[in-house]
Amino acid sequence: MNDSTRTAYLSPQTAQTRRGAGAPDLLDLDTKDQTFLDATELVLNMGPQHPSTHGVLRVILKLDGEKVLGTECVIGYLHRGVEKIAENRTYTMFNPYVDRMDYVAAVSNGLGYCEAVEKLFATEAPQRAQYIRVILTELCRIASHQVWLGTHALDIGALTPLFYCFRDREEILKIFEKYCGARLTTHAFRIGGCIYEAYDGFEQDCKNFCDAFLPKSDEYEELLTTNRIWVGRTKGIGILKPEDCIALGVTGPVLRASGVKWDLRKAQPYESYKAFDFEIPTGVNGDTYDRYLVRIQEMRQSVRIIRQAVDGLPSGPIVAKIPKVLKPPVGEVYHSIEAPKGELGYFIVSDGSTQPYRVRVRPPSFVNLQALDKMVRGMLVADVVAVIGTLDIVLGEVDR
Amino acid sequence: MVVDSAICYEVLRRMREDEQFDYCVDITAVHYPKREQPFDVVYILYSFHDNERVRVKTLITDGERLRSAVSIWPTANWLEREVFDMFGIEFDGHPDLKRILLPDGWKGHPLRKDYPILQQDKDWVQINLGIESGQ
Repeated sequence: MNDSTRTAYLSPQTAQTRRGAGAPDLLDLDTKDQTFLDATELVLNMGPQHPSTHGVLRVILKLDGEKVLGTECVIGYLHRGVEKIAENRTYTMFNPYVDRMDYVAAVSNGLGYCEAVEKLFATEAPQRAQYIRVILTELCRIASHQVWLGTHALDIGALTPLFYCFRDREEILKIFEKYCGARLTTHAFRIGGCIYEAYDGFEQDCKNFCDAFLPKSDEYEELLTTNRIWVGRTKGIGILKPEDCIALGVTGPVLRASGVKWDLRKAQPYESYKAFDFEIPTGVNGDTYDRYLVRIQEMRQSVRIIRQAVDGLPSGPIVAKIPKVLKPPVGEVYHSIEAPKGELGYFIVSDGSTQPYRVRVRPPSFVNLQALDKMVRGMLVADVVAVIGTLDIVLGEVDR
Repeated sequence: MVVDSAICYEVLRRMREDEQFDYCVDITAVHYPKREQPFDVVYILYSFHDNERVRVKTLITDGERLRSAVSIWPTANWLEREVFDMFGIEFDGHPDLKRILLPDGWKGHPLRKDYPILQQDKDWVQINLGIESGQ
Protein backbone atom coordinates (compact mmCIF):
# COMPACT_ATOMS: atom_id res chain seq x y z
CA MET A 1 0.00 0.00 0.00
CA ASN A 2 1.49 3.29 -0.97
CA ASP A 3 0.92 6.66 0.59
CA SER A 4 -1.65 7.92 -1.86
CA THR A 5 -3.93 4.88 -1.59
CA ARG A 6 -3.79 5.01 2.18
CA THR A 7 -5.05 8.54 2.36
CA ALA A 8 -7.39 8.30 -0.60
CA TYR A 9 -10.44 8.81 1.60
CA LEU A 10 -9.14 12.10 2.94
CA SER A 11 -9.38 15.46 1.23
CA PRO A 12 -6.07 16.44 -0.40
CA GLN A 13 -5.41 19.16 2.19
CA THR A 14 -5.92 16.96 5.21
CA ALA A 15 -3.83 14.22 3.69
CA GLN A 16 -1.08 16.68 3.11
CA THR A 17 -1.20 18.02 6.67
CA ARG A 18 -1.18 14.56 8.16
CA ARG A 19 1.75 13.42 6.17
CA GLY A 20 3.55 16.61 6.98
CA ALA A 21 2.88 16.43 10.71
CA GLY A 22 3.83 12.78 10.86
CA ALA A 23 0.46 11.83 12.28
CA PRO A 24 -0.19 8.08 12.89
CA ASP A 25 -1.62 6.35 9.91
CA LEU A 26 -5.07 5.09 10.82
CA LEU A 27 -5.48 2.58 8.07
CA ASP A 28 -2.16 0.84 8.32
CA LEU A 29 -3.35 -2.69 8.94
CA ASP A 30 -0.53 -4.42 7.16
CA THR A 31 1.93 -4.48 10.00
CA LYS A 32 1.23 -7.15 12.56
CA ASP A 33 1.76 -5.19 15.74
CA GLN A 34 -1.14 -2.90 15.07
CA THR A 35 -3.84 -5.51 14.75
CA PHE A 36 -5.72 -6.69 17.82
CA LEU A 37 -7.17 -9.85 16.30
CA ASP A 38 -4.05 -11.93 16.62
CA ALA A 39 -3.74 -15.51 17.77
CA THR A 40 -2.18 -15.10 21.20
CA GLU A 41 -3.65 -16.73 24.27
CA LEU A 42 -6.39 -15.06 26.20
CA VAL A 43 -6.80 -15.28 29.96
CA LEU A 44 -10.43 -15.10 31.01
CA ASN A 45 -11.64 -14.72 34.52
CA MET A 46 -14.86 -16.59 35.23
CA GLY A 47 -16.49 -15.82 38.56
CA PRO A 48 -16.44 -15.54 41.53
CA GLN A 49 -19.87 -14.03 40.90
CA HIS A 50 -21.04 -16.13 38.00
CA PRO A 51 -24.40 -17.90 37.86
CA SER A 52 -23.01 -21.16 36.54
CA THR A 53 -20.38 -21.61 39.24
CA HIS A 54 -23.07 -22.52 41.78
CA GLY A 55 -21.70 -20.31 44.50
CA VAL A 56 -18.50 -18.36 44.65
CA LEU A 57 -15.98 -20.25 42.59
CA ARG A 58 -13.47 -18.38 40.47
CA VAL A 59 -12.01 -20.17 37.48
CA ILE A 60 -9.16 -18.62 35.55
CA LEU A 61 -9.31 -19.92 32.00
CA LYS A 62 -6.47 -19.84 29.52
CA LEU A 63 -8.02 -19.78 26.09
CA ASP A 64 -6.96 -20.11 22.50
CA GLY A 65 -9.96 -18.66 20.74
CA GLU A 66 -12.78 -20.68 22.23
CA LYS A 67 -10.60 -23.63 23.11
CA VAL A 68 -9.58 -24.12 26.74
CA LEU A 69 -5.85 -24.64 27.20
CA GLY A 70 -5.85 -24.77 30.97
CA THR A 71 -7.71 -23.73 34.07
CA GLU A 72 -6.94 -22.72 37.59
CA CYS A 73 -9.54 -22.72 40.34
CA VAL A 74 -9.42 -20.07 43.01
CA ILE A 75 -11.46 -21.15 46.00
CA GLY A 76 -11.83 -20.15 49.62
CA TYR A 77 -14.40 -17.36 49.31
CA LEU A 78 -16.77 -19.22 51.64
CA HIS A 79 -14.12 -20.39 54.08
CA ARG A 80 -15.51 -20.26 57.61
CA GLY A 81 -12.95 -22.39 59.41
CA VAL A 82 -15.34 -25.20 60.30
CA GLU A 83 -12.47 -27.43 61.42
CA LYS A 84 -11.18 -24.75 63.77
CA ILE A 85 -14.66 -24.14 65.16
CA ALA A 86 -14.95 -27.86 65.93
CA GLU A 87 -11.91 -27.71 68.20
CA ASN A 88 -13.62 -25.05 70.27
CA ARG A 89 -17.03 -26.70 70.61
CA THR A 90 -18.19 -29.83 72.37
CA TYR A 91 -19.11 -32.85 70.29
CA THR A 92 -22.82 -32.07 70.59
CA MET A 93 -22.42 -28.37 69.90
CA PHE A 94 -20.54 -29.00 66.68
CA ASN A 95 -23.32 -31.16 65.24
CA PRO A 96 -25.41 -28.33 63.70
CA TYR A 97 -22.32 -26.81 62.06
CA VAL A 98 -21.82 -29.74 59.72
CA ASP A 99 -25.21 -29.04 58.12
CA ARG A 100 -23.79 -25.80 56.79
CA MET A 101 -21.12 -27.43 54.70
CA ASP A 102 -23.05 -29.19 51.96
CA TYR A 103 -26.23 -27.22 52.48
CA VAL A 104 -28.26 -28.98 49.82
CA ALA A 105 -27.61 -32.36 51.50
CA ALA A 106 -27.48 -31.39 55.15
CA VAL A 107 -28.92 -34.69 56.37
CA SER A 108 -26.01 -36.68 54.90
CA ASN A 109 -23.45 -34.44 56.57
CA GLY A 110 -25.11 -34.92 59.93
CA LEU A 111 -25.25 -38.67 59.43
CA GLY A 112 -21.53 -38.87 58.69
CA TYR A 113 -20.59 -36.82 61.73
CA CYS A 114 -22.89 -38.67 64.15
CA GLU A 115 -21.62 -42.01 62.93
CA ALA A 116 -17.99 -40.97 63.26
CA VAL A 117 -18.51 -39.93 66.89
CA GLU A 118 -20.47 -43.11 67.56
CA LYS A 119 -17.55 -45.07 66.16
CA LEU A 120 -15.31 -43.25 68.63
CA PHE A 121 -17.58 -44.51 71.41
CA ALA A 122 -17.71 -47.96 69.79
CA THR A 123 -21.49 -47.81 69.87
CA GLU A 124 -24.25 -47.95 67.29
CA ALA A 125 -27.64 -46.38 66.87
CA PRO A 126 -30.61 -48.68 67.60
CA GLN A 127 -32.24 -50.47 64.70
CA ARG A 128 -35.25 -48.17 64.47
CA ALA A 129 -33.05 -45.07 64.46
CA GLN A 130 -30.94 -46.60 61.71
CA TYR A 131 -34.00 -47.13 59.53
CA ILE A 132 -35.24 -43.59 60.09
CA ARG A 133 -31.75 -42.35 59.25
CA VAL A 134 -31.67 -44.35 56.03
CA ILE A 135 -35.08 -43.06 54.95
CA LEU A 136 -34.15 -39.43 55.55
CA THR A 137 -30.71 -39.72 53.98
CA GLU A 138 -32.11 -41.29 50.85
CA LEU A 139 -34.78 -38.60 50.62
CA CYS A 140 -31.96 -36.13 50.97
CA ARG A 141 -30.03 -37.82 48.19
CA ILE A 142 -33.03 -37.41 45.88
CA ALA A 143 -33.41 -33.76 46.90
CA SER A 144 -29.72 -33.11 46.28
CA HIS A 145 -29.84 -34.74 42.85
CA GLN A 146 -32.93 -32.70 42.02
CA VAL A 147 -31.13 -29.47 42.81
CA TRP A 148 -28.24 -30.72 40.72
CA LEU A 149 -30.45 -31.64 37.75
CA GLY A 150 -32.42 -28.41 37.84
CA THR A 151 -29.42 -26.10 37.98
CA HIS A 152 -27.29 -28.19 35.62
CA ALA A 153 -30.02 -28.19 32.98
CA LEU A 154 -30.54 -24.47 33.52
CA ASP A 155 -26.84 -23.83 32.89
CA ILE A 156 -27.03 -25.67 29.61
CA GLY A 157 -30.15 -23.82 28.58
CA ALA A 158 -33.08 -26.07 29.47
CA LEU A 159 -35.32 -24.07 31.76
CA THR A 160 -38.18 -26.50 32.44
CA PRO A 161 -36.34 -29.16 34.50
CA LEU A 162 -35.57 -26.52 37.12
CA PHE A 163 -39.25 -25.94 37.80
CA TYR A 164 -40.09 -29.64 37.72
CA CYS A 165 -37.28 -30.51 40.12
CA PHE A 166 -37.94 -27.77 42.61
CA ARG A 167 -41.66 -28.54 42.55
CA ASP A 168 -40.99 -32.18 43.44
CA ARG A 169 -38.23 -31.38 45.92
CA GLU A 170 -40.77 -29.37 47.88
CA GLU A 171 -42.48 -32.63 48.90
CA ILE A 172 -39.23 -33.89 50.44
CA LEU A 173 -38.64 -30.64 52.26
CA LYS A 174 -42.18 -30.87 53.65
CA ILE A 175 -41.37 -34.29 55.11
CA PHE A 176 -38.18 -32.86 56.67
CA GLU A 177 -40.12 -29.94 58.07
CA LYS A 178 -42.74 -32.20 59.61
CA TYR A 179 -40.06 -34.45 61.03
CA CYS A 180 -37.70 -31.95 62.60
CA GLY A 181 -39.04 -28.46 61.95
CA ALA A 182 -36.36 -27.39 59.49
CA ARG A 183 -36.25 -27.68 55.74
CA LEU A 184 -32.64 -27.19 54.75
CA THR A 185 -30.19 -27.22 57.64
CA THR A 186 -32.11 -29.93 59.37
CA HIS A 187 -29.94 -31.13 62.26
CA ALA A 188 -32.13 -34.22 62.14
CA PHE A 189 -29.86 -36.70 63.94
CA ARG A 190 -28.11 -36.74 67.27
CA ILE A 191 -25.06 -38.66 68.35
CA GLY A 192 -26.39 -42.08 69.34
CA GLY A 193 -29.53 -42.09 67.23
CA CYS A 194 -32.35 -39.70 66.47
CA ILE A 195 -33.96 -37.22 68.79
CA TYR A 196 -37.36 -37.15 67.14
CA GLU A 197 -39.69 -40.08 66.81
CA ALA A 198 -41.25 -40.45 63.36
CA TYR A 199 -44.41 -38.33 63.37
CA ASP A 200 -47.87 -39.77 62.78
CA GLY A 201 -48.23 -40.46 59.11
CA PHE A 202 -44.48 -40.40 58.40
CA GLU A 203 -44.57 -43.78 56.67
CA GLN A 204 -47.59 -42.77 54.60
CA ASP A 205 -45.94 -39.50 53.54
CA CYS A 206 -42.83 -41.36 52.42
CA LYS A 207 -44.88 -43.92 50.52
CA ASN A 208 -46.92 -41.21 48.84
CA PHE A 209 -43.77 -39.44 47.83
CA CYS A 210 -42.27 -42.61 46.36
CA ASP A 211 -45.43 -43.37 44.38
CA ALA A 212 -45.57 -39.86 43.05
CA PHE A 213 -41.88 -39.51 42.35
CA LEU A 214 -41.32 -42.40 39.93
CA PRO A 215 -43.60 -41.02 37.18
CA LYS A 216 -42.03 -37.63 37.76
CA SER A 217 -38.54 -38.98 37.23
CA ASP A 218 -39.82 -40.30 33.91
CA GLU A 219 -40.95 -36.78 33.14
CA TYR A 220 -37.42 -35.49 33.69
CA GLU A 221 -36.15 -38.10 31.31
CA GLU A 222 -38.78 -37.25 28.72
CA LEU A 223 -37.54 -33.69 28.79
CA LEU A 224 -33.87 -34.47 28.48
CA THR A 225 -32.74 -38.02 27.69
CA THR A 226 -33.57 -37.91 23.99
CA ASN A 227 -33.53 -34.14 23.65
CA ARG A 228 -31.19 -33.37 20.75
CA ILE A 229 -29.82 -30.19 22.25
CA TRP A 230 -29.22 -31.87 25.61
CA VAL A 231 -27.49 -34.85 24.02
CA GLY A 232 -25.43 -32.54 21.83
CA ARG A 233 -24.30 -30.48 24.78
CA THR A 234 -23.47 -33.40 27.08
CA LYS A 235 -22.34 -36.43 25.03
CA GLY A 236 -18.58 -36.73 24.83
CA ILE A 237 -18.08 -33.68 27.06
CA GLY A 238 -15.74 -33.80 30.04
CA ILE A 239 -14.71 -37.42 29.68
CA LEU A 240 -12.97 -39.02 32.65
CA LYS A 241 -11.44 -42.45 32.27
CA PRO A 242 -11.75 -44.79 35.28
CA GLU A 243 -8.00 -44.71 35.94
CA ASP A 244 -8.04 -40.90 35.90
CA CYS A 245 -10.93 -40.90 38.36
CA ILE A 246 -9.05 -43.12 40.78
CA ALA A 247 -5.80 -41.20 40.43
CA LEU A 248 -7.61 -37.93 41.07
CA GLY A 249 -9.58 -39.38 43.99
CA VAL A 250 -12.92 -38.62 42.34
CA THR A 251 -15.83 -40.43 44.01
CA GLY A 252 -19.59 -40.60 43.87
CA PRO A 253 -21.70 -40.55 40.70
CA VAL A 254 -18.78 -39.13 38.72
CA LEU A 255 -16.69 -42.23 39.46
CA ARG A 256 -19.60 -44.57 38.79
CA ALA A 257 -20.37 -42.92 35.46
CA SER A 258 -16.86 -43.88 34.38
CA GLY A 259 -17.74 -47.51 34.92
CA VAL A 260 -16.28 -48.18 38.37
CA LYS A 261 -18.92 -49.98 40.37
CA TRP A 262 -18.06 -48.58 43.76
CA ASP A 263 -20.43 -47.25 46.34
CA LEU A 264 -19.61 -47.08 50.05
CA ARG A 265 -23.14 -48.23 50.86
CA LYS A 266 -22.18 -51.56 49.28
CA ALA A 267 -18.41 -51.60 49.70
CA GLN A 268 -18.35 -50.83 53.41
CA PRO A 269 -22.00 -50.84 54.50
CA TYR A 270 -22.88 -48.53 57.37
CA GLU A 271 -26.21 -48.14 59.17
CA SER A 272 -28.45 -50.95 57.93
CA TYR A 273 -27.71 -50.68 54.23
CA LYS A 274 -26.82 -54.35 54.24
CA ALA A 275 -30.49 -55.18 54.75
CA PHE A 276 -31.67 -53.42 51.61
CA ASP A 277 -31.72 -54.64 48.08
CA PHE A 278 -30.57 -52.05 45.57
CA GLU A 279 -28.27 -51.71 42.61
CA ILE A 280 -25.36 -49.42 41.82
CA PRO A 281 -26.00 -47.77 38.46
CA THR A 282 -22.88 -47.29 36.38
CA GLY A 283 -22.06 -45.59 33.12
CA VAL A 284 -19.81 -46.57 30.25
CA ASN A 285 -18.24 -43.51 28.67
CA GLY A 286 -17.64 -41.31 31.69
CA ASP A 287 -18.98 -38.23 29.95
CA THR A 288 -21.49 -35.64 31.11
CA TYR A 289 -24.39 -37.53 29.57
CA ASP A 290 -23.52 -40.74 31.44
CA ARG A 291 -23.25 -38.86 34.70
CA TYR A 292 -26.72 -37.51 34.09
CA LEU A 293 -28.09 -41.01 33.47
CA VAL A 294 -26.34 -42.41 36.56
CA ARG A 295 -27.80 -39.76 38.82
CA ILE A 296 -31.32 -40.27 37.44
CA GLN A 297 -30.97 -44.01 38.08
CA GLU A 298 -29.63 -43.33 41.55
CA MET A 299 -32.76 -41.40 42.43
CA ARG A 300 -34.86 -44.42 41.45
CA GLN A 301 -32.66 -46.73 43.51
CA SER A 302 -33.12 -44.40 46.47
CA VAL A 303 -36.87 -44.77 46.07
CA ARG A 304 -36.37 -48.53 46.20
CA ILE A 305 -34.42 -48.24 49.45
CA ILE A 306 -36.97 -45.89 51.01
CA ARG A 307 -39.83 -48.28 50.20
CA GLN A 308 -38.01 -51.22 51.78
CA ALA A 309 -37.05 -49.19 54.84
CA VAL A 310 -40.58 -47.88 55.36
CA ASP A 311 -42.06 -51.35 55.04
CA GLY A 312 -39.56 -52.86 57.41
CA LEU A 313 -39.42 -50.02 59.94
CA PRO A 314 -38.84 -51.84 63.25
CA SER A 315 -40.15 -50.66 66.61
CA GLY A 316 -37.97 -49.96 69.61
CA PRO A 317 -35.90 -47.17 71.06
CA ILE A 318 -34.52 -44.44 68.80
CA VAL A 319 -31.49 -43.44 70.81
CA ALA A 320 -28.64 -45.55 72.16
CA LYS A 321 -27.56 -45.40 75.79
CA ILE A 322 -24.85 -42.80 75.76
CA PRO A 323 -23.89 -40.34 78.52
CA LYS A 324 -25.38 -36.84 78.58
CA VAL A 325 -21.91 -35.29 78.63
CA LEU A 326 -19.93 -36.81 75.81
CA LYS A 327 -16.36 -37.69 76.74
CA PRO A 328 -15.09 -40.20 74.20
CA PRO A 329 -12.03 -42.30 75.00
CA VAL A 330 -8.64 -41.12 73.72
CA GLY A 331 -8.12 -42.18 70.15
CA GLU A 332 -8.67 -41.32 66.54
CA VAL A 333 -11.15 -42.54 64.01
CA TYR A 334 -11.93 -42.15 60.33
CA HIS A 335 -15.40 -42.82 59.12
CA SER A 336 -16.87 -42.11 55.72
CA ILE A 337 -20.28 -42.38 54.13
CA GLU A 338 -21.59 -42.18 50.60
CA ALA A 339 -22.96 -38.64 50.42
CA PRO A 340 -24.87 -37.60 47.29
CA LYS A 341 -21.64 -36.13 45.92
CA GLY A 342 -19.16 -38.82 46.85
CA GLU A 343 -17.17 -40.05 49.81
CA LEU A 344 -17.74 -37.79 52.80
CA GLY A 345 -15.28 -38.62 55.54
CA TYR A 346 -14.69 -37.44 59.08
CA PHE A 347 -11.34 -37.90 60.78
CA ILE A 348 -11.74 -37.17 64.48
CA VAL A 349 -8.98 -37.13 67.10
CA SER A 350 -10.11 -37.28 70.71
CA ASP A 351 -7.95 -36.40 73.69
CA GLY A 352 -10.54 -37.64 76.18
CA SER A 353 -12.09 -34.24 76.87
CA THR A 354 -15.54 -32.96 75.95
CA GLN A 355 -14.19 -31.18 72.89
CA PRO A 356 -12.68 -32.88 69.87
CA TYR A 357 -8.94 -32.33 69.57
CA ARG A 358 -9.14 -32.23 65.81
CA VAL A 359 -11.89 -32.75 63.28
CA ARG A 360 -10.97 -33.14 59.67
CA VAL A 361 -13.69 -33.22 57.05
CA ARG A 362 -12.90 -34.97 53.80
CA PRO A 363 -15.28 -33.19 51.45
CA PRO A 364 -16.24 -34.90 48.21
CA SER A 365 -16.79 -31.62 46.32
CA PHE A 366 -13.31 -30.33 47.12
CA VAL A 367 -11.57 -33.39 45.75
CA ASN A 368 -13.92 -33.75 42.77
CA LEU A 369 -13.39 -30.12 41.77
CA GLN A 370 -9.72 -30.89 41.28
CA ALA A 371 -10.67 -32.97 38.25
CA LEU A 372 -12.09 -29.91 36.47
CA ASP A 373 -8.79 -29.05 34.82
CA LYS A 374 -8.38 -32.54 33.40
CA MET A 375 -11.96 -32.61 32.12
CA VAL A 376 -12.10 -29.29 30.29
CA ARG A 377 -8.72 -29.19 28.58
CA GLY A 378 -9.27 -29.04 24.83
CA MET A 379 -12.99 -28.36 25.22
CA LEU A 380 -14.82 -25.11 24.45
CA VAL A 381 -15.65 -22.35 26.93
CA ALA A 382 -19.33 -23.27 26.86
CA ASP A 383 -18.42 -26.80 27.96
CA VAL A 384 -16.74 -25.50 31.10
CA VAL A 385 -20.19 -24.50 32.31
CA ALA A 386 -21.53 -27.98 31.57
CA VAL A 387 -18.60 -29.65 33.33
CA ILE A 388 -18.85 -27.53 36.48
CA GLY A 389 -22.52 -28.48 36.56
CA THR A 390 -21.90 -32.18 36.08
CA LEU A 391 -19.32 -32.30 38.89
CA ASP A 392 -22.12 -31.24 41.25
CA ILE A 393 -20.05 -29.13 43.59
CA VAL A 394 -21.33 -27.13 46.52
CA LEU A 395 -18.98 -24.35 47.43
CA GLY A 396 -19.98 -24.39 51.07
CA GLU A 397 -18.38 -27.81 51.22
CA VAL A 398 -15.40 -27.01 49.02
CA ASP A 399 -14.37 -24.10 51.22
CA ARG A 400 -15.76 -25.22 54.57
CA MET B 1 0.80 -47.34 60.81
CA VAL B 2 3.47 -44.89 61.98
CA VAL B 3 6.54 -44.45 59.82
CA ASP B 4 9.68 -42.36 60.08
CA SER B 5 9.46 -39.13 58.08
CA ALA B 6 12.68 -39.95 56.19
CA ILE B 7 11.22 -43.07 54.59
CA CYS B 8 7.64 -41.80 54.39
CA TYR B 9 7.71 -41.15 50.65
CA GLU B 10 9.23 -44.54 49.94
CA VAL B 11 6.59 -46.26 52.06
CA LEU B 12 3.80 -44.41 50.26
CA ARG B 13 5.25 -45.32 46.89
CA ARG B 14 5.42 -48.98 47.88
CA MET B 15 1.86 -48.83 49.17
CA ARG B 16 0.75 -47.56 45.79
CA GLU B 17 2.78 -49.89 43.62
CA ASP B 18 3.14 -53.12 45.58
CA GLU B 19 0.07 -53.07 47.83
CA GLN B 20 -2.36 -51.53 45.32
CA PHE B 21 -3.52 -48.66 47.50
CA ASP B 22 -4.52 -46.76 44.40
CA TYR B 23 -6.85 -44.19 45.94
CA CYS B 24 -5.54 -41.48 48.24
CA VAL B 25 -8.58 -40.56 50.30
CA ASP B 26 -7.16 -37.74 52.34
CA ILE B 27 -4.02 -36.05 53.60
CA THR B 28 -4.24 -34.07 56.79
CA ALA B 29 -2.25 -33.09 59.86
CA VAL B 30 -2.68 -32.75 63.61
CA HIS B 31 -0.74 -30.32 65.77
CA TYR B 32 0.54 -31.30 69.24
CA PRO B 33 2.49 -28.22 70.38
CA LYS B 34 3.93 -29.85 73.51
CA ARG B 35 5.58 -32.74 71.73
CA GLU B 36 9.14 -32.78 70.48
CA GLN B 37 7.89 -33.55 67.00
CA PRO B 38 4.75 -31.41 67.03
CA PHE B 39 3.07 -32.51 63.79
CA ASP B 40 1.35 -35.71 62.74
CA VAL B 41 0.87 -35.90 58.99
CA VAL B 42 -1.80 -38.47 58.21
CA TYR B 43 -2.31 -40.14 54.84
CA ILE B 44 -5.57 -42.06 54.47
CA LEU B 45 -5.33 -44.60 51.68
CA TYR B 46 -7.81 -47.00 50.17
CA SER B 47 -7.41 -50.03 47.97
CA PHE B 48 -10.18 -50.78 45.50
CA HIS B 49 -8.73 -54.21 45.00
CA ASP B 50 -8.94 -55.34 48.63
CA ASN B 51 -11.66 -52.93 49.82
CA GLU B 52 -9.35 -51.91 52.60
CA ARG B 53 -8.51 -48.58 54.19
CA VAL B 54 -5.26 -47.75 55.94
CA ARG B 55 -3.82 -44.72 57.72
CA VAL B 56 -0.13 -43.92 57.33
CA LYS B 57 1.13 -41.47 59.88
CA THR B 58 4.45 -39.72 60.13
CA LEU B 59 5.76 -37.41 62.87
CA ILE B 60 7.72 -34.32 61.92
CA THR B 61 9.29 -31.35 63.65
CA ASP B 62 8.32 -27.75 62.97
CA GLY B 63 9.96 -26.60 59.74
CA GLU B 64 10.79 -30.10 58.54
CA ARG B 65 9.90 -30.67 54.92
CA LEU B 66 8.25 -33.77 53.53
CA ARG B 67 8.52 -35.08 50.00
CA SER B 68 5.35 -34.40 48.05
CA ALA B 69 3.11 -37.32 47.12
CA VAL B 70 1.78 -35.64 43.97
CA SER B 71 3.92 -37.91 41.80
CA ILE B 72 2.22 -40.94 43.40
CA TRP B 73 -1.37 -39.68 43.52
CA PRO B 74 -2.37 -36.50 41.63
CA THR B 75 -5.09 -35.98 44.29
CA ALA B 76 -2.36 -35.00 46.73
CA ASN B 77 -1.98 -31.67 44.94
CA TRP B 78 -4.83 -29.78 46.59
CA LEU B 79 -4.75 -31.84 49.77
CA GLU B 80 -1.11 -30.93 50.40
CA ARG B 81 -1.84 -27.32 49.58
CA GLU B 82 -4.52 -27.35 52.26
CA VAL B 83 -2.13 -28.86 54.81
CA PHE B 84 0.39 -26.16 53.94
CA ASP B 85 -2.28 -23.47 54.21
CA MET B 86 -3.60 -24.63 57.57
CA PHE B 87 -0.42 -25.87 59.27
CA GLY B 88 2.52 -24.39 57.39
CA ILE B 89 4.02 -27.77 56.56
CA GLU B 90 5.96 -27.59 53.32
CA PHE B 91 6.26 -30.32 50.72
CA ASP B 92 9.30 -30.74 48.48
CA GLY B 93 8.60 -31.28 44.82
CA HIS B 94 5.03 -29.99 44.92
CA PRO B 95 4.21 -28.32 41.57
CA ASP B 96 2.41 -25.30 42.97
CA LEU B 97 2.62 -25.03 46.74
CA LYS B 98 0.59 -21.97 47.73
CA ARG B 99 -2.36 -21.16 49.92
CA ILE B 100 -5.66 -22.62 48.79
CA LEU B 101 -8.45 -21.56 51.14
CA LEU B 102 -6.98 -18.44 52.70
CA PRO B 103 -5.89 -15.45 50.61
CA ASP B 104 -2.29 -15.40 49.36
CA GLY B 105 -0.92 -12.67 51.61
CA TRP B 106 -2.39 -14.03 54.86
CA LYS B 107 -0.08 -14.43 57.85
CA GLY B 108 -0.28 -17.44 60.14
CA HIS B 109 -1.62 -20.96 59.87
CA PRO B 110 -5.03 -21.23 61.54
CA LEU B 111 -5.20 -24.89 62.49
CA ARG B 112 -2.08 -24.71 64.64
CA LYS B 113 -3.02 -24.87 68.29
CA ASP B 114 -1.22 -21.61 69.08
CA TYR B 115 -3.57 -19.75 66.73
CA PRO B 116 -6.58 -18.65 68.81
CA ILE B 117 -10.01 -18.93 67.24
CA LEU B 118 -10.58 -15.16 67.21
CA GLN B 119 -7.20 -14.32 65.73
CA GLN B 120 -7.01 -12.88 62.26
CA ASP B 121 -4.54 -11.09 60.06
CA LYS B 122 -5.65 -7.54 60.95
CA ASP B 123 -3.26 -5.92 58.47
CA TRP B 124 -4.60 -7.99 55.63
CA VAL B 125 -8.20 -7.17 56.55
CA GLN B 126 -7.35 -3.47 56.80
CA ILE B 127 -5.55 -3.34 53.47
CA ASN B 128 -7.84 -5.55 51.41
CA LEU B 129 -11.27 -4.96 52.92
CA GLY B 130 -10.72 -1.48 54.33
CA ILE B 131 -12.34 -2.33 57.67
CA GLU B 132 -10.97 -2.71 61.18
CA SER B 133 -11.98 -6.30 61.74
CA GLY B 134 -13.66 -9.05 59.81
CA GLN B 135 -15.72 -10.13 62.79
